[in-house]
Amino acid sequence: MTAAAEGSPAFGMTRARRNALLQSEPVQGFALISPTFLYALILLVLPILVVVAHSFWTQNYLTIDRTFTLENYRAALTEPIYRDLLWRSLYISLMVSFFTVVLAYPIAYFISFHGGRHKSLWLFLITIPFWTSYLLRVMSWKVILGYNGVLNSGLMGLGVIDEPSTALLYNSSAVIITLTHAWAAFAVLPIFVSLEKVDRTLVEAATDLGDGPIRSFLRVTLPLSAPGIISAALIVMIPTVGDYVTPKLVGGKDGVMIANAIQAQFGKASNWPLGAALSVTTMLIVTLMAGATVVIIRAAQRLAR
Amino acid sequence: MPERPQSERPQLERSMIEIRNVTRSYGSFKALDDASLTIKEGEFFSLLGPSGCGKTTLLRMIAGFDNPTSGLISVDGQSMQGIPANRRPTNMVFQSYAIFPHLNVEQNVAYGLKRLKLAGTEEKRRVEEALGQVSLTGLGKRLATELSGGQRQRVALARALVMRPKVLLLDEPLSALDKKLREQMQVELRRLQQAVGITFVLVTHDQYEALAMSDRIAVMFGGRIAQVASPKEIYQRPVNRQVADFLGGMNFVKAEIVEENGASLVVDTLGFGRIKTDKPKAFIRNGGAATLGIRPERLRVLWDNATAKFEVAGKVVERHYFGEITHLIVEIPGLEKPLSVTETNDFGADDIPVGTSIRLAYDPDALVAMAD
Repeated sequence: MTAAAEGSPAFGMTRARRNALLQSEPVQGFALISPTFLYALILLVLPILVVVAHSFWTQNYLTIDRTFTLENYRAALTEPIYRDLLWRSLYISLMVSFFTVVLAYPIAYFISFHGGRHKSLWLFLITIPFWTSYLLRVMSWKVILGYNGVLNSGLMGLGVIDEPSTALLYNSSAVIITLTHAWAAFAVLPIFVSLEKVDRTLVEAATDLGDGPIRSFLRVTLPLSAPGIISAALIVMIPTVGDYVTPKLVGGKDGVMIANAIQAQFGKASNWPLGAALSVTTMLIVTLMAGATVVIIRAAQRLAR
Repeated sequence: MPERPQSERPQLERSMIEIRNVTRSYGSFKALDDASLTIKEGEFFSLLGPSGCGKTTLLRMIAGFDNPTSGLISVDGQSMQGIPANRRPTNMVFQSYAIFPHLNVEQNVAYGLKRLKLAGTEEKRRVEEALGQVSLTGLGKRLATELSGGQRQRVALARALVMRPKVLLLDEPLSALDKKLREQMQVELRRLQQAVGITFVLVTHDQYEALAMSDRIAVMFGGRIAQVASPKEIYQRPVNRQVADFLGGMNFVKAEIVEENGASLVVDTLGFGRIKTDKPKAFIRNGGAATLGIRPERLRVLWDNATAKFEVAGKVVERHYFGEITHLIVEIPGLEKPLSVTETNDFGADDIPVGTSIRLAYDPDALVAMAD
């Protein structure tokens, strides 16, 4: 062993250099992030690249023609059906995020400011609906909103309406109601966290300087919880644009959203490139909308001063 | 508000805050127990005591953030019962300063003025004036997050002063600052209070802070007010051992009462002999025993052959050096505890070797009787 070590100084050199390399900070950093990096690369970046690549190709019955074309994007942006579906999806997701935040804020506020020692219990209780399958929760809205549903029979029993209304189910409002209910809990958490971070003495200071409860809420608590409102809105907005189960179950023909069309292109219509172009378009527009939401809420926060 | 010369203290006559038999209980625990107090207009008043003594509870009740379980609080002749914090003529400087992080300095100071709907120029003028009073002119556009601790404290002060309250409440405003800045702010706060003439109520656990700044001090222990008096009287004539101890070092000497009449006591001590002393207010005779106290700095080392009318002899057993002063621990025959002596170092007290026999001079007036 000694002889070998003495006899091969070059080997010793490379080993020393290799050790130095392994101990260098950048290498150690890459080594540390590599599992997550690989995970993100394989499960996130590659699929998106595949989708983006497809969007520039053409479906040729069973084969795919790999010559570059913008034809799919032309179809996605100019065909009235896709444009309408996209607008409707954006409208529905905007409405859903608005209503979720409006409904979730008071819940989060109550837990944070008046939850006392039982804050975690309250948060736990909010998760209970998630113990059942999402499909079951959507189906139960069918029971509530349907022709012979709870709401119709209730309203008829009260004499408000004479015959069951068909306006409740199978339209975009039904999708909005169902999605709002489904996402409320996800919005409670970020708002709760940001409210927890609001220093209570700041509210006292506002009171001391003459503000009543409503004014101190509007001038201190609300602006300081804006980060929570932003993340809640984004958490709800981004996934709901792409939802296709809910519109399929409660949306009827008036509640179809862009994701249903994308699913159809990848499925029955078997036009992957068009589906991919629709997906990429939706992704870009959602990104723009999310950015705009952040800008608008920040501006409102500044205005509140 | 009128300026007045520093040397001349105003006539502190009209009462500004009346606290009548105020008790605050949490279940069976009494945070404040039957406290009564009168704070005069234009006074710098301190509530002094260890943590948990009820001083902050009392301050928060004056501000309106807490309500008495029983008893009455009135400010400027008006009962505060049922009046919420936002409609009281008081403003507060919070211990954490509570600077609004989403607003800049100007917006912080103008926060309370917005509700008053002043004309834009008037609001601006008052904000500028308040920033000037706390020497923050020119920093109006800074964000709260860009300020140092001392600057944040000044913003909190300006934000309260700009409201021109009848009473300014300060909850340990200097405790988060380092020693040097704290001492500087003590002087500034005192100067500011004299300039604006507003009644200041300060809560502190720092006895030097209270002594340096206040016109009067209330010393509190365990939810009760032990003594209300001027700094000098609190320091020199504490009513009991607890107050004496809290305000700084004190040598306690056991004594036997020889004679009790009217306002004075004659007692016998082993170390100091027979002493005639003022009888403390509310003195309750506990058999024939009494406690006397003398502050360490009221004992002076007698050098060489110097003599004094009143002196005790003893032996140095410990010496502690503190820069400008030296603490000597001196054993006196007959006393069960050695005396603590503080001597300035200008005559070489820091060079007295342990074991030296020395004589100490004292003034019998400095020996005060107090309750246990």
